[in-house]
Amino acid sequence: MPSPHTHGHDVGERLFVHRHSVIHRLPAEVKTVAMVAFIFTVIMTPPNQFWAFALYAVILVGVAGLARIPARVILPRMLVEVPFVFFALLMPFFGTGPTVEVLGLSLSQAGLLAGWGILIKGTLGVVSSILLAATTPARDLLLGLERLKVPELLVQIASFMLRYVHVVSDEMHRMKLARESRGFTATGVRSWPIIAQSGGALFIRSYERGERVHLAMLSRGYSGRLPQLVTVTTTAADWFTAMSLPAVGLLIALTAIWVGR
Amino acid sequence: MQIQSVQVHTMHIPDGFINAPTSAVAGVIAVIGIAICLNGARKQLDEKTAPLAGLVAVFIFAMQMLNFPVALGTSGHLLGGALAAILIGPYAGALAVSVVILVQGLLFADGGLSALGLNIINMGLVTAVVGWFVFRGLVKVIGVSRPKVMAAAFLAGLVSVPVSSLAFVLEYAIGGTGTVPVSTVTVAMVGVHILIGIGEGVITALTVGAVFLVRPDLVYGVHDRLPKQLLVTSNPVTTSANGS
Repeated sequence: MPSPHTHGHDVGERLFVHRHSVIHRLPAEVKTVAMVAFIFTVIMTPPNQFWAFALYAVILVGVAGLARIPARVILPRMLVEVPFVFFALLMPFFGTGPTVEVLGLSLSQAGLLAGWGILIKGTLGVVSSILLAATTPARDLLLGLERLKVPELLVQIASFMLRYVHVVSDEMHRMKLARESRGFTATGVRSWPIIAQSGGALFIRSYERGERVHLAMLSRGYSGRLPQLVTVTTTAADWFTAMSLPAVGLLIALTAIWVGR
Repeated sequence: MQIQSVQVHTMHIPDGFINAPTSAVAGVIAVIGIAICLNGARKQLDEKTAPLAGLVAVFIFAMQMLNFPVALGTSGHLLGGALAAILIGPYAGALAVSVVILVQGLLFADGGLSALGLNIINMGLVTAVVGWFVFRGLVKVIGVSRPKVMAAAFLAGLVSVPVSSLAFVLEYAIGGTGTVPVSTVTVAMVGVHILIGIGEGVITALTVGAVFLVRPDLVYGVHDRLPKQLLVTSNPVTTSANGS
């Protein structure tokens, strides 16, 4: 099996894992709608229906398998959810009603269930988003939003952000090098004025770069719209394939709600 | 060498924290808010909107990665809503921060996709609008000079963060799935966010102060109130020729 490789140099492209799979081939907007709908079915499931979450997990593992995205790509990216894990862990210490003894601590049953719900739903949501970004190039994701009637201007702003994120973060890194080569080390609150000064300079440079980019675009005939270089045709079959994911999710969620009444 | 440090990180709401109906309604509200901002930004910046708001979005994204050391290995970073609004106006500022949140959610799984509306309201729209009104209100009363602009920016940053946390509390009260009582959440969230707000205020003030010193004309929050001697004619062509 070839090792997963990534394309491009901007932040978004690094998240994409190049493969040739059914999932990769689906148009971006179809996948985005399917994933968001699937996440909504997950979050409407009552937390006490444990089997439902097991099924959701199996489905996502299936999608990852179909798209051939290995666990070692998915797991490290799941670290973004760590901050709120602490929040979920607090839940059992709050809440009313019956309590259970766990390791000598008296914990609220309702709190335990709520904490579990937050944890599992958050985790399934994170994995879904990771799969979406790993199977769809960032640019396609944004163009897909445009086909979903998201205002073109918003998509353009996001595209500019992706295109220039490395230029600006490299600029920030050069400023950091310059600061440090003058003997600066950030030690505490007293260093804030220096760091903020770089922030101010970074804003001026970013703003002026924006003005230059705009002039360059004008000289190439920009009048508020960007030309579409590729036309994507989305077929009913694409929608049918992708929407089978939230359809199954909805079936599980409704069953779980019905069983848990 | 940078020593690995603990960062006080902005918490983007994950999936499943706020129930489905509330998240969906928040999505609709966020869409309406963004539509208003798009309209306002277009009036202010015309076809410059996309490149300028895009570059400012990158700037906010980069600023959020800038570590401000606090003490004992902890550090904080900027949210940036108030800063963006002061620098490029409330509409374009809110757009820039909202785009950052959109990209973080869609590409980095930072913040749930179902919670995108909630996160955009709290961190994009509320911070920018509150920051803008506090800043403009103060500047109108106390006038424009570097210390005064910095004082106004400090308060704008400071107030924007706890108000943003109140928006979260409201969402939690309506559709929270946790068992922590709303009163406890209110006290904890607002308390913590006043502390975070102080940091936000200081960074906002210092950054606005640094911009004001060099290019006061680029601080949109005072663009119509600059004293004559501070007016600089900005010409992007000459700036580009100077190289930056």
